[in-house]
Amino acid sequence: MSWTANDFHIILVGGLCAMACALPGTFLLLRRMSMMGDAISHAVLPGLALAFLISGSRANIWMFLGAAIAGILTALFSQWIIRFGKVERGAAMGIVFTTLFAIGLVIIRKAANRVELDADCVLYGALEYTPLDMVILFQNETSFFAVPHAALIIGATLLFNALIITFFYKEFKIASFDPGLAKTQGFRPQIMHYLLMTMVAITTVAAFEAVGSIIVIAMLIVPPATAFLLTRNLPFLIIVSLIVAVLSAILGQIATHIPPLIGLPDTTSSGMMATASGFIFLLAWLFGPEGLIKKQSKQLEAPHFD
Amino acid sequence: MTWELLRETLLLEQYNTRLPVLGVAFLGATAGLVGSFLLLRKQSLLGDALSHATLPGIGIAFAIMSTMGFNGKSLPGLLLGATITGLLGVLLVLAIRKTTRLKDDAAMGIVLSVFFGLGVAILKMVERIPGQSAAGLDGFIYGKTASMVWSDFILITVILIVTTAITIAILKELTLLCFDADFASAQGWPILRLDIILMALVTSVTVVGLQAVGLILVIAFLITPPTAARFWTNRLGWMLVISATIGAISGWLGVSISALYSNLPPGAIIVIAAAIIFLFSMIFGTARGVLPRLLRHLQLQRKVGRQHLLRSTYEILEETQQAEPLKNVPIDMDLLRKHRYWAKGELSKLIRQARSEDHIERQPSGELRLSESGFGEASRITRNHRLWELYLIRYADIAPSHVDRDADMVEHLLGAEIVHQLEAELNLSKSTIDSPHTIATTELGIQPNPTI
Repeated sequence: MSWTANDFHIILVGGLCAMACALPGTFLLLRRMSMMGDAISHAVLPGLALAFLISGSRANIWMFLGAAIAGILTALFSQWIIRFGKVERGAAMGIVFTTLFAIGLVIIRKAANRVELDADCVLYGALEYTPLDMVILFQNETSFFAVPHAALIIGATLLFNALIITFFYKEFKIASFDPGLAKTQGFRPQIMHYLLMTMVAITTVAAFEAVGSIIVIAMLIVPPATAFLLTRNLPFLIIVSLIVAVLSAILGQIATHIPPLIGLPDTTSSGMMATASGFIFLLAWLFGPEGLIKKQSKQLEAPHFD
Repeated sequence: MTWELLRETLLLEQYNTRLPVLGVAFLGATAGLVGSFLLLRKQSLLGDALSHATLPGIGIAFAIMSTMGFNGKSLPGLLLGATITGLLGVLLVLAIRKTTRLKDDAAMGIVLSVFFGLGVAILKMVERIPGQSAAGLDGFIYGKTASMVWSDFILITVILIVTTAITIAILKELTLLCFDADFASAQGWPILRLDIILMALVTSVTVVGLQAVGLILVIAFLITPPTAARFWTNRLGWMLVISATIGAISGWLGVSISALYSNLPPGAIIVIAAAIIFLFSMIFGTARGVLPRLLRHLQLQRKVGRQHLLRSTYEILEETQQAEPLKNVPIDMDLLRKHRYWAKGELSKLIRQARSEDHIERQPSGELRLSESGFGEASRITRNHRLWELYLIRYADIAPSHVDRDADMVEHLLGAEIVHQLEAELNLSKSTIDSPHTIATTELGIQPNPTI
């Protein structure tokens, strides 16, 4: 298999999706809620299934609504269990998202003949098939320019996330670093929390069909975490995590071509993109400014006795 | 579905479902046991990272076994692969946490998502290996309880028995690790090694659970039963027992119910069963449940309100009569209200309460009068309050003018034993004690009665 225009389209969709996730992911990381991304991306399943049952079609406004509601419910239920049950946050999240995911699985199985939705699809997506569904953006007599349909949806999500974060940048910043100050400034940090959860849920849905939640979970966490190792400045944190996100998509797609070269079967793009992001994180962990190698050499040269 | 069939399945009389039901119930019990320590160590989601990290191991094990000419889907081999990458994932979480500024959640998220992505990539790759069919490998993602055969059952049971035995053998060390890791470390216990042993136990439960409920839902087995058990008891021993029981019950019910309907995923039903038990426990759990806690709170509030009312009444009686012994005369409600700045509704509620407890009687004139038992109780409460005030003045160096509020917070909790200790400490055994500070009654138009 050689490099084709398809690869470009796959990278386009994967890269847009990675960036769309990295934006809310940065603030999840700062709020120490990275696992919430994992929880929500599983917990949207019943929302999707119910929305599909009600509306009878996928990729429409119902799906977004269902997922957004499921996402907010995850955050809300966890909050209740933490507050009223005095349960530790990790455990509360674990209980809520496994239960919601289980309910989603049951709905899908029981209504299998009416729901053409499959849990696999939510997990893996079908990044390889996105170039099959193209939309022509621009056309004249000699040439035309087309992008995958999925790229439009995910691009819109990226735009939406970027707008919200630009618009509420100050609020997000204060709410992440100092919720107490946020309260005294007159806005409720809880509202920013739920807004963030909604963004995560919507991004999950926009991505699920094309790229699957594997990429969503990985890109929510890994690029911001990588950037966190490289900088301590919030604007840079966001920029670096966007760059890492795009790099992961490119490297991941390139990596799908490596196994066939050494005689192995080829594999999925989404899995490889997640793996690539892990590889970039590993590099930052080892060679970054606060990386293991630096630490090691510092330790070696530190003591000076004359 | 008939009730007869349900009964037979639950009681293991159905041959087809006997093995899965038994196996999963046993798995639930072990997961409840091991998960309790994970919960107390505040590492519940580590199970999630771990279960996702097993996926590459399954794929690699399959690839190795099939290229070497064995049956690629032999369970021991797959589980071994899962164990290796699972443990590797957990060690990476520990390493990231230790060597970077990243927190727990990020470390777990990174390992979870990257390993899962890698696992999916490898699974898709091995699916295309010619010759061996990898179909069914992704059963590990959602679980495939029903396909449990005799040899699987034996393998699972042996792993679970070993896990349980190790857990029970090092119960003391795990307890120490969960409750006070710093103390344990100061005592010379190898904390890191204990943590790794705990993770190894969790890994073996998770790996076995993959087969039964799948890697996404196995974490529910580790988290939900212990969290539910926590609502019923404050003792570790009982928590372990209850948690194991809840785990076993959810596994047993889940598999039985899903076996009766076609097309019900057993993993999901188990998780939902556990979630229902959790919800019930959270509301009704005797030790920390929402409802019992609320009741206890209301009870305390009632007691505090009653004691305030009685003490105020008693103090007014003291102010209005100079002579000893104190006579129990009716007093005006307005006087009472001003004494503690009660709101009208609040005071009426307290008085209603006190009347129902026979502490206060309403006179035909509208005035209030302490009953016989109310008078005794009021004098006892006032005396306790003052004992505590005197103690604070003498031993905590609190100014007499400030001691009233401080005493207010503790006096409701003074038991008979503490009162005796206070009496001995302060050398007071009189049946009445004068207040160590003036009681602000000037607004009431009464002359303050200087004491001390």
